[in-house]
Amino acid sequence: MKVREVGLAEENLLTDEFLRQLINIGEVDIVVGVSTHNHAKTIGPVIAAIQAGILKCFPRERVAIINADGGSQDGTTELVTSATIDDLGRGTKVYALRTLHSISVRYGRTPDPCIAMQTILAAADLLRAKVCALISPDSTTIEPDWLQRLARPAYIDNFDLVCPVYQRQRFEGALVRNLLYPMTRSTYGSRIREPYATEFAISGRLATEILNNGFMNQEWVRMGPEISATVFALIGKYRVCQSFLGPRPPSSRGAQDMVAAMRRTVGALFASLDGNFPFWSAINGSQPVPTVGARIEVPEETTRINRKRLLDMFSSGVAQLEPVLSSILSASLHSELRRIAALDIDAFEYSEELWTRTVLEFAASYHKSTINRDHIIQALVPVYRGRSLMFVMENRDGSEEDVERREESLCADFERLKPYLLEIWADRK
Amino acid sequence: MREIIIGELTQAFQQMARDVAHYLPRLIVMLIIALIGWVIAYLLKLMVRSLLRLTKFSKLSENAGAAQLLHQAALPSSTELVSRFVFWISWAGFVLLGVSVLGIAGLQEYISRFFFFLPRLFVAFVILFFGLVAASFFARAALLTAVNANLRSSRMLSVAVRFIVIIFALSMTFEVLGVAEQTMLIAFATMFGSAMLGLAIAFGLGGQDLARKFLERKLAPQHKEEREDELSPL
Repeated sequence: MKVREVGLAEENLLTDEFLRQLINIGEVDIVVGVSTHNHAKTIGPVIAAIQAGILKCFPRERVAIINADGGSQDGTTELVTSATIDDLGRGTKVYALRTLHSISVRYGRTPDPCIAMQTILAAADLLRAKVCALISPDSTTIEPDWLQRLARPAYIDNFDLVCPVYQRQRFEGALVRNLLYPMTRSTYGSRIREPYATEFAISGRLATEILNNGFMNQEWVRMGPEISATVFALIGKYRVCQSFLGPRPPSSRGAQDMVAAMRRTVGALFASLDGNFPFWSAINGSQPVPTVGARIEVPEETTRINRKRLLDMFSSGVAQLEPVLSSILSASLHSELRRIAALDIDAFEYSEELWTRTVLEFAASYHKSTINRDHIIQALVPVYRGRSLMFVMENRDGSEEDVERREESLCADFERLKPYLLEIWADRK
Repeated sequence: MREIIIGELTQAFQQMARDVAHYLPRLIVMLIIALIGWVIAYLLKLMVRSLLRLTKFSKLSENAGAAQLLHQAALPSSTELVSRFVFWISWAGFVLLGVSVLGIAGLQEYISRFFFFLPRLFVAFVILFFGLVAASFFARAALLTAVNANLRSSRMLSVAVRFIVIIFALSMTFEVLGVAEQTMLIAFATMFGSAMLGLAIAFGLGGQDLARKFLERKLAPQHKEEREDELSPL
């Protein structure tokens, strides 16, 4: 085996014991990374699905599962390392032609998604993996085919980043549909449906580049490493594609989780615009991204949404946050928000254009730090509730095609109003 | 008799002339010091004003809520106020330095007290300013947290946080200035204690039902429907 020079970043990140385990493995073709923190309840089926995926789709390839753990106290790491592929082999009568390695490493006592991702990428880099697939330990809907759908485009077709396309219930992923996708598409010019993905695959080349040049030490990358990887690939003009995965496990719907999700996704996206202005300001319109695989239909489930409560949270939020919103939004937009916040549920309308302008003004205020940046992101939460109410009202009786059509129309608004973002971005006031 | 009067007058005039001759150079020195002081103070004012504009101090004070207070009191902007403050303090310092050259007995002690007081005045000013900044920051953080947690009295909570931090900053400022230290300390402790007691009584007695619901919500397991009042964002 070739002796490989360990980079400074990797040297600081990886413990001696972990390095020793990696050296014992040698080189691999594919690394599957799972970042955990107290995931004992879900990790078992996820690891089993990954192993089944390896057996089914990559029986001849050298594969290693790397678990980066942020101080689990519930035996998560033991569950990962104790799971053997032989158990699966007996059931399926399919046997692996290679030894499957599972390593668990504790990178700290508290979870940090950025360090977890850095650890997995550093391991993939050291193992000279051609592909590194990252899987969320919360993916309760994972199937063995997911690994193939994510890793194959990078392994066979030489794509650098493979993003997932989930099949969602109609009202799931409201933030992705109403903000993350349209905003990423209009600013960075690529129609990636899931810019914030918890499952994705990257090529060894891209993993090495991400680790180099201190990219992962930047503040905005630390805020949301998942979305940062997408932005990094788009800016570096790497080969990006999408792959249909299947249904995404429903995410938490609590109010506190909403703020955390907003920070991790919108916060990181807004922050990414700061340093990449020369790139995104020169982009007009957007380009489709190659999409592989076939769409998987999922049966529609009934979701109960309390519209009155959403309106109440929006109205009271806009009223209570008046001094905060006045420091973020222009006077005309703020007054328009106050007007719609006073409407009844039947007359309520938060138009696509108004929502687009709201998001763009929030992004510009974030750039100018008109007030504390985290406060700007928190102030967006009640306003977003107004838009999500509109999203529910618009799509309540519509078909899947109607939802897609409205999503496309919102994206068109974001692209059309990009000059407005550039204008307020440069405005010194 | 006439000669005596003339002699006394002459002597008095001579004494006055001697005194004037004695004080005049000092007076001129004092005036020169005051004049130079004015020029230096003016230059300092310009420098401070430019520096504050460069560092967007007005924006900071606007965020801290100080700008609104100044506007309500019909005072100039915070940048102008600080630069004027620097001008007057510097010039007053030079004038007092000039006065000390006159050698007037009794004034020396007051002048040295003034110079001794200057650093404390500066520290008090800094504490007050950063106190206002902190009050604004924590009040906004409390407001946002309360609004996002869907609490009804978010504004009241925010005002209470702002009030407590400002009172705390004021008591520290007065302590540094040495003005009514004991009074401020007692006033702060009394106000803080009574506010907390008032809140506890209001919550425990006045709002028994609310207190019960609050504790139930905090301690008892929540129903799924209560927790899930948002759309799944991701």
